[in-house]
Amino acid sequence: MGGAAAVQESDVILELKDVAMYFGKVAALAGASLRVRRGEIHSVIGPNGAGKTVMMNCISGLYRPQKGEIHFKGERVNDVRPYERAVRGMSRTFQKVEVFGGMTVLDNIRLGRHIHLKSGILSGSIYAGKTAREEIENRQFIEEEIIDLLEIEHIRHKPVGMLPYGLQKRVELGRALALKPDLLILDEPLAGLNLEETEDMARFVLDVNEDPRWNITCLLVEHDMGVVMDLSHRVFVLNFGNMIMDGTPQEVQNNPEVIKAYLGEEDLYATRR
Amino acid sequence: MDLILMTLATGIMVGGIYALVALGWVLIYKCSGVLNLAMGEMTLIGAYVSLSFYSMGIPFLASLLIMLVIGFILGILVERIFLDRLIGEPVLTVIMVTVGLSFFFKGTLEFIWGTDTRVFSPPVFSIEPIRFGPIIIGSVYLWSFMAAIILLVVFVCFFKYTRWGLAMQATADDEMAALSLGVSARYVYAAAWAIAFMAAGVGGTLLGNINGLNISVAYLGLLVLPVVVLGGLNSVPGAILGGVIIGVLQNFCGAYLDQFFPGGVKEIAPFAFMAVFLLWKPYGIWGWERIERV
Repeated sequence: MGGAAAVQESDVILELKDVAMYFGKVAALAGASLRVRRGEIHSVIGPNGAGKTVMMNCISGLYRPQKGEIHFKGERVNDVRPYERAVRGMSRTFQKVEVFGGMTVLDNIRLGRHIHLKSGILSGSIYAGKTAREEIENRQFIEEEIIDLLEIEHIRHKPVGMLPYGLQKRVELGRALALKPDLLILDEPLAGLNLEETEDMARFVLDVNEDPRWNITCLLVEHDMGVVMDLSHRVFVLNFGNMIMDGTPQEVQNNPEVIKAYLGEEDLYATRR
Repeated sequence: MDLILMTLATGIMVGGIYALVALGWVLIYKCSGVLNLAMGEMTLIGAYVSLSFYSMGIPFLASLLIMLVIGFILGILVERIFLDRLIGEPVLTVIMVTVGLSFFFKGTLEFIWGTDTRVFSPPVFSIEPIRFGPIIIGSVYLWSFMAAIILLVVFVCFFKYTRWGLAMQATADDEMAALSLGVSARYVYAAAWAIAFMAAGVGGTLLGNINGLNISVAYLGLLVLPVVVLGGLNSVPGAILGGVIIGVLQNFCGAYLDQFFPGGVKEIAPFAFMAVFLLWKPYGIWGWERIERV
């Protein structure tokens, strides 16, 4: 935990201060504090029901925590609605894929792009100057960056509902990337994927984080310890709504409390590999 | 033979109006999952509003435009005041609220405009019928049909080609995902009600021009139910096709069955048809079939 105090303010893209969320009397999240630094992959781990998804929903605005403050890019966003948070540069994927099943892959991704379109009905109908330029830029961005990156060229015109689960997850990631976010929240991107798909997905996450053209800060919720420890710069451990620790993967793996609460027996690190 | 053709033509044209109202209904259902049973009264409100302005001597098109503005505002108000706080409540609760709304609307309308039949006077459309060879059609039917078609095209283009339409499709498909992409579900719901109110109002105005205006127009408005059941509750093309089919069915029953069962065959037939159709194809022609995968 020692490193967190030394973090410079300007580096922090997302900060949670003592955020708590209750459902009735059950504390799903009992005062979590977290600082995510720009450019890092910050993972959140914990057993099932630890409050990880609740935490993500608080951050993206689907839930409103009863207590605590959430700061995004230095501004308090507690009262900012979810769709406005998306406009400010926060995008997410869901644990249970939420794609527009009736639309094609391309339409799903294009929809993620819509908040960046500036042209109105008038200029849109004339299709000149700014609008045309905007259209071409967006098309290039979608075709060249996202579709190429995710290797979904061959399925771009297929309705997403028809695709296998692994590809749906990929489309969901593509749609989240289309927002060109500063912070990408990934809620169990690997759940339900096979080994090969897991490797691909891990590579995509690493790509968008490290490639200077994207340089997206990632907040990753994941159960696959192998991937978490390999990808993350920092790991945040949650149990029954309480923070156990926040540190580098190395520190987390060596922390006896974490091992007791979550990792279980000493060599559980290897179980999911 | 001429009678068949004429009944068919009239049916199609009235069906166009039903399709318009049904489209509004489908929009609300698609976006927010609300089964709106107050649609009939919404058609009636629109009809009375345009009739009132028309009676003041304002030209028909202008009163229609004013009605659209008022319908827009009313739609947003209804959504904000009644439906907004019901998001996430059980379906039955929401349905009961729309039933309550329909009584409320009906009572208010009778209070303001009374129960007598009113007509657009002077008539908006010429009484002179139009002849296509052997087929004779009242000009009011033809004009109403054309107006309905134009509006249907406008609606469909709106869904397909505008950003708002896209936002509505997205919200209908998956609300959570739409929120995460910067679409405001609240605005979408309000917009759906506003558009539905406007569509119902235009439909009501046209129906009022055909038969005069009294509370029974609300029952015509309620015909959206068999229409959407036929087409599929969440299908836009289904609403259009369903509207036309119900219009035709109704007119044929009126023309051929009324002599055997005098009285209200015309009113009952669509609902009887709906009951039978539900047994055979519960999802409608183009509705989403919800299949549970185990």
